[in-house]
Amino acid sequence: MIETVFKPEIKKQAEAIMARYETKRASILEILRLVQESCGYVSTEAEEAVAELLEIPAIDVHEVVTFYTLFYRKPKCKTRLNVCRTLTCALAGGDRILDHLEKKHGLRPGEAREDGSVSLQTVECLGACEIAPMMQLNDSEYIGPLTPEKIDQVLERK
Amino acid sequence: MEKLISKYFVTGKTFGMDEYLADGGYEAARKAFEGFDPKGLIEEVKKSNLRGLGGAGFPAGMKWSFIPQNTGKPVYLVVNADEGEPGTFKDKYILNHVPHLLIEGMIIAAYANQVHKAYVYIRGEYVGPHRTLVRAVEEAYAKGFLGKDIFGKGYALDIVVHRGAGAYICGEETGLLESLEGKKGFPRLKPPFPAVVGLFNCPTVINNVETLSYLRFILERGADWFSKLGSEKNGGMRLFSVSGHVKKPGVYELPLGIPLKDIIYDHADGIRDDRKLKAVVPGGLSAAILTPDEIEVGMDFDQLRAKKTMAGSAGVIVMDETTCMLKALLVTMRFYAHESCGQCSPCREGTSWVYRILKRISKGRGRSQDIKNLLDICSFMGGTTICALADGAAMPLRSYPEKFKEEFEHHIQNGKCDSPDCPIAEDLVTA
Ligand SMILES: Cc1cc2nc3c(=O)[nH]c(=O)nc-3n(C[C@H](O)[C@H](O)[C@H](O)COP(=O)(O)O)c2cc1C
Ligand code: SF4
Ligand code: FES
Repeated sequence: MIETVFKPEIKKQAEAIMARYETKRASILEILRLVQESCGYVSTEAEEAVAELLEIPAIDVHEVVTFYTLFYRKPKCKTRLNVCRTLTCALAGGDRILDHLEKKHGLRPGEAREDGSVSLQTVECLGACEIAPMMQLNDSEYIGPLTPEKIDQVLERK
Repeated sequence: MEKLISKYFVTGKTFGMDEYLADGGYEAARKAFEGFDPKGLIEEVKKSNLRGLGGAGFPAGMKWSFIPQNTGKPVYLVVNADEGEPGTFKDKYILNHVPHLLIEGMIIAAYANQVHKAYVYIRGEYVGPHRTLVRAVEEAYAKGFLGKDIFGKGYALDIVVHRGAGAYICGEETGLLESLEGKKGFPRLKPPFPAVVGLFNCPTVINNVETLSYLRFILERGADWFSKLGSEKNGGMRLFSVSGHVKKPGVYELPLGIPLKDIIYDHADGIRDDRKLKAVVPGGLSAAILTPDEIEVGMDFDQLRAKKTMAGSAGVIVMDETTCMLKALLVTMRFYAHESCGQCSPCREGTSWVYRILKRISKGRGRSQDIKNLLDICSFMGGTTICALADGAAMPLRSYPEKFKEEFEHHIQNGKCDSPDCPIAEDLVTA
């Protein structure tokens, strides 16, 4: 099973990552990222493979995966909006952005379109309050200050 | 006013190795090896009055002097680049624009504490800053500034850049260590402190990105010069992240002790649409709010503590007169209810209980005893837990109803908001 998750090329990368740390276990967040990048998300099968690789119980891997917010446990949508809801973004009208997402685009926080095209989540301060209200697109690009128009543009970009 | 770190904050630009060297980069690290023994270097940093700029303000040199050098175990350096305190975004600027400043500071701190392996724990969402830092570390290896024999001085130092995965609590230093060891980010009971029992049970120095980034300037121009830049016992300058209802949000590098008023009105250009100021968070979300008659306060660790708030991470969040204080507190407490790791019952139960009460008040179902209850919960939450997250929740929680008592009472009696123009939604979409 470990071979289906850690194909030879990925296994090689994993070993290079593990070599940087004092213990195998210490590399887990970076290893899970590697798995997520190559498989799209962290399945139960992937958790077991990581456990085997790091020589720790599968339950420990599961606990780590569920403790942190950046791991997907299901296939992720093509477009992912993480809209900040913390104080500065709220003061800058972040709720109006969420309102617009719901009214115009039918997207509610914590939900995804059935066709798997778009998902919306609210998140806590992303360290970009100078561009509030803001969001992170597809777990990488920071976009702000957000306006309803900018949201429309992003959703039309595809 | 002279800028130190922030002179490198040129929009859209990263200072790579060549440009950083052309500007005198890595000379200070060399000087540390040539001009000091490790003990002398720690003394120099003590003299500079450099404080920990991650939040707690602990004197950096003193922290280093607690590291035992005779245990037979390696000493680790861990850089806190988790930058999770809401209202704070300055470390991102250092990582994006001048990552070599951090690496140079790490070399200096490593030598002072006899560290040969260092980790940078960077928040998982900082994708661009992570990439920039990794590239800079590679450049430093290529130049021989990192690796087995740095600057040809026979000293070895390795840096590993490690990404977090989305959890505020991993910014707390012992939560961070747990996370770095591959576990959930549950903070550890202290003592023992990380200086003695830290990463992999070894003595560990933990410092914030910004703290370490000032070391170059201390080495270049001397501890006395640095110390005098700031206020008493609060050496140098720091990066204030200013956001909220100001005309010019951004990062401003200013001396410690500068009046809050100057930051808001001179540097951030005052309140948007020239409205009236209502309240300010002076040091990240976990600090108690200040009212307009308190903004003469000098922004250093000691003067803010005297005002029953804190300098914290220097995240200044400004609220103008349209803001409903109940909703601002609701949004604030939602954060702690969400981020409490759940290990201690006063924190786990307290934060979510408070959040439920505030939500009920905001929906027009407030009760007359609610304010008293909120303050009671505050008293049992703070000071009784494993880590300072609970204190960080209790501090704002107490300050809002104390400083805006009438507004809270009114909200409860009327069952609705007094601030029709409040930017926070009436029916919080995500509540
Ligand atoms: C809940 C909580 C969150 C924290 N988050 C951060 C953070 O994101 N970045 C940081 O540098 N320090 C953070 N701290 C402070 C660290 O525990 C620690 O004091 C700091 O990293 C030490 O470095 P310094 O002395 O250079 O400031 C946090 C503390 C608490 C209690
Ligand atoms: S105070 Fe809160 S966040 Fe800190 S360890 Fe206890 S439960 Fe976790
Ligand atoms: S509050 Fe939204 S990025 Fe900081």
